[in-house]
Amino acid sequence: MIDKQVKTTAEAVAGVRDGSTVLVAGFGAVGVADNLLGALHEQGARELTIVANNSGNGDYGLARLISSGRVRKVICSFPRSGDYSAFLNAYRAKSLELELLPQGTISERMRCHAAGLGGFFSPVSAGTKLGEGKETREIDGRLHVFEKPLKGDVALIKANKADRWGNLTYIKSARNFNPVMAMAADLTVVEVDQMVELGEMNPEAVVTPSIFVDRVVVVGANA
Amino acid sequence: MIPNSYQPLTREQMAWRAAQDLKEGDYVNLGIGIPTLAASYVPPGREVIFHSENGILGMGPKPEPGKEDPFMVDAGKNLTTLVAGGCFVHHADAFLMIRGGHLDVSLLGAFEVSEKGDLANWTTEDPAFPPGVGGAMDLAVGARAIRIIMDHTSKQGEPRILNRCTYPLTAANCVKRIYTNLAVIDVTAQGLVVLEMIPGMTIEKLQALTEPKLQLAADWQVLTPPAAPEARAA
Repeated sequence: MIDKQVKTTAEAVAGVRDGSTVLVAGFGAVGVADNLLGALHEQGARELTIVANNSGNGDYGLARLISSGRVRKVICSFPRSGDYSAFLNAYRAKSLELELLPQGTISERMRCHAAGLGGFFSPVSAGTKLGEGKETREIDGRLHVFEKPLKGDVALIKANKADRWGNLTYIKSARNFNPVMAMAADLTVVEVDQMVELGEMNPEAVVTPSIFVDRVVVVGANA
Repeated sequence: MIPNSYQPLTREQMAWRAAQDLKEGDYVNLGIGIPTLAASYVPPGREVIFHSENGILGMGPKPEPGKEDPFMVDAGKNLTTLVAGGCFVHHADAFLMIRGGHLDVSLLGAFEVSEKGDLANWTTEDPAFPPGVGGAMDLAVGARAIRIIMDHTSKQGEPRILNRCTYPLTAANCVKRIYTNLAVIDVTAQGLVVLEMIPGMTIEKLQALTEPKLQLAADWQVLTPPAAPEARAA
């Protein structure tokens, strides 16, 4: 019987190695797997490259990984969001590297890896500072830059419901980066609010199909 | 310094003016700041569908007190709502809609716009802070029409419509129309064309506050929004 559910967040993040690229879903503070980020802090992996839209808030989750010196590099579109003091301090101390990418380029590079493609040409950032150094091609008279696929060693996903196969649904705008990141990592780990019986989810409404999911852990009131 | 014989538009009046150009059935993304206000000023009876980069198609107004939902945020991470008919998509699809020309209008703020329609709205290169780009570059290349809402000059009175942008570009040759607190200006192959000016404004006064050469449209009109535009639920 397939059962991807694990009992603890520690089990969920077990085996994440130093130097890993970690896909951290969420937009601002919405749809972020903060329990898994906390467990990853306890687990102790270092020299991490984080892919996220923002750069963490307050002193928990991603911000705590950064303030503890576990993060070598952040790939994101908008670090200046909410209370991002943990990131700001590390940035000013030059203890981590920032790679700034347009938001849609981040998500499409991950989708591209998930789809098994070798990259894509995009008009976004062509002719700007963020496009400098990238291979260019004029397509139908318009300048494009080449973007490579982006792969995670591990993805930390926040969903609402899962079944034991790992089919997932989300809540409203907390969906954001979660489905695309869930597809783009070697190890996809999910924290959910509740488990449902196999067959209980409306198959027309499953957002992330189980094939992309490796481990599921329940957090919060139902844990 | 030219004495002010005119009253510049308020943020709400600028948003109101931009909203009048949104057509029935348009799919529209509103940038953070003044553009967000435009949702409140779409003329009654006109159905416009708002897109938010974080995966909302059919975004509504801000929630009424007591009806806030922590799972409903807009691009600025402010609480928002979903209208009937709205739906959610993931980020890659939200940006496919932006980049792929599926949006009719992208209404954005700006630091500077050039004569050619170059847009600078993502960084002032302040060394004290990390840069952030968010969805700005995606929004500036993808929509069928890129329109800007901005103050005509800086707080010091310096032009922000320039021959060339001084800040790093978000995208080149993308802006089609500029709504300022003084005028409505189209970016055309023949240069900048003034369509509307506020009461008391003249083309000479406007030119003094604008670096590139302005042309006044033959059928230009006086720009007179309501003194306090009435906001409605989007």
